[in-house]
Amino acid sequence: MSILIFKAILVLFIFVASLGIAAYSTYAERKIAAFLQDRIGPDRAGPFGLLQPIADGTKMFLKEEIIPTVSDKWLFILAPSMFMVTALMTSAVIPWGLPMEFGGVKYALQIADINVGILYIMGVLSLGVYGIMIGGWSSNNKYALLGAIRASSQMISYELAMGMSIVAVLLMTDGSLSLNAIVEGQKGFNWNVFYQPVAFIIFLVCSFAEANRTPFDLPESESELIGGFHTEYSSMKLGLYLFGEYINMFISSAIISTLFFGGYNFPGLEYLGTILPVNLVSLISMGALFTKIFFFIFFFMWVRWTIPRFRYDQLMRLGWQVLMPLAIINVLVTGAILTFFGN
Amino acid sequence: MTQLTNRSKVVSKPEMTFAEKMYLPAILSGLRITIKHLFKKKATLKYPEETREFAPVYRGMHVLKRDDLGRENCTACGLCAVACPAEAITMDAAERKKGEEHLYREEKYAAKYEINMLRCIFCGLCEEACPKDAIYLTDRIVPSEYSRGEFVFGKDMLVEKIDARVDISKRKKDYTI
Repeated sequence: MSILIFKAILVLFIFVASLGIAAYSTYAERKIAAFLQDRIGPDRAGPFGLLQPIADGTKMFLKEEIIPTVSDKWLFILAPSMFMVTALMTSAVIPWGLPMEFGGVKYALQIADINVGILYIMGVLSLGVYGIMIGGWSSNNKYALLGAIRASSQMISYELAMGMSIVAVLLMTDGSLSLNAIVEGQKGFNWNVFYQPVAFIIFLVCSFAEANRTPFDLPESESELIGGFHTEYSSMKLGLYLFGEYINMFISSAIISTLFFGGYNFPGLEYLGTILPVNLVSLISMGALFTKIFFFIFFFMWVRWTIPRFRYDQLMRLGWQVLMPLAIINVLVTGAILTFFGN
Repeated sequence: MTQLTNRSKVVSKPEMTFAEKMYLPAILSGLRITIKHLFKKKATLKYPEETREFAPVYRGMHVLKRDDLGRENCTACGLCAVACPAEAITMDAAERKKGEEHLYREEKYAAKYEINMLRCIFCGLCEEACPKDAIYLTDRIVPSEYSRGEFVFGKDMLVEKIDARVDISKRKKDYTI
């Protein structure tokens, strides 16, 4: 029973944290954009503009809600909620920290330690395409439909290379698909990024494409095209789409940290485990993971305000002709080394 | 093919080398440039709280000056109106009555003095034409209005208040008040 209560609290915490981090990512995005362009960004709402996300959210809620009469109303409403739900679902399998201990019972800081964790993530990521596709299609607007096709073809293309790059990581960890096992295998400074730099770069590029971030933000291309799949959306339904993208960015950062940067591990964690109480160490390890996540969220934004957008043919060529073969070669090389030189 | 002129240029479009095709070195150097800007001094000015200082030669809204005793300098000679290339200035002259010596410096004064701010080009020729040190262009910004009529500023907007003198030391070097 107590395990249920603990999991419920953890689910609530992760849910609130995802939403909170996504909300403040919008603020961080604008601030970082401003700082990289020698401006100061939003600073009017509250001290340093810290209440800006609340003001933005209120604005989104108060906007007039328009549902096109020619649209398929149910799917039109369903699509943004689906996008949001799939964005939030991924966080279920990520191990957030070392287990906590209450009354001699250990509680893992992971909502569900399923043995197909990575497959689950890839599956839910693919479901994210449905939110976009249904949204664009049910709008009954050709620009929205074209935008949705643009977005989904990009996401589907990059999912393949992403999956192949993970295979190389899985070879390193005795083929276990459980994220917990992958993190356990990266104790101390044994991070996967040092053994699999190529896989890391492929995964990083693919997660940029999956999260629809620059240089792969062609689905939106806000500076030159109509909004893309959310052309017909207004009010909080548009807000959910924009918000979902920031949640995707948070989750992508969490997955990158988990797979390649040792998750909650950092050098000296074992030593801390011997001198400090268990729950404190657990919180410290959680803090380490969140530090890595925040760095990658910053990195996402840093890249966005540095490089321009890819052309569509360049995007497809990179996905299919460069990243995909590179990922396969990486798997082959990793396999060969593991076979011939042992561990 | 024979060349008609010698002005033609050979355009070269070299293939990208392998290192360039990788994009990553170029992206990294780009990232290095942007991260430097993160720590640079920001160019933004928080406007209502801070204002940027105007250049000494800035020509903004006009002021009709008073002298040290608070009397209006303007004698309605009309030189400013004549000098004005945009024909923005009109005035009516009147004679100073007995007991008005504390209001007007000389026997003649401007009963009405109007500048049409929509016509004015802020050239400063009125200031140069004025023989009585009466009109100056200041570093104040012309306020915005809702209708065209409101842009014809009369003496109520132009003459400086006795308790709120306008500093023109930037325009006139030996000015004291």
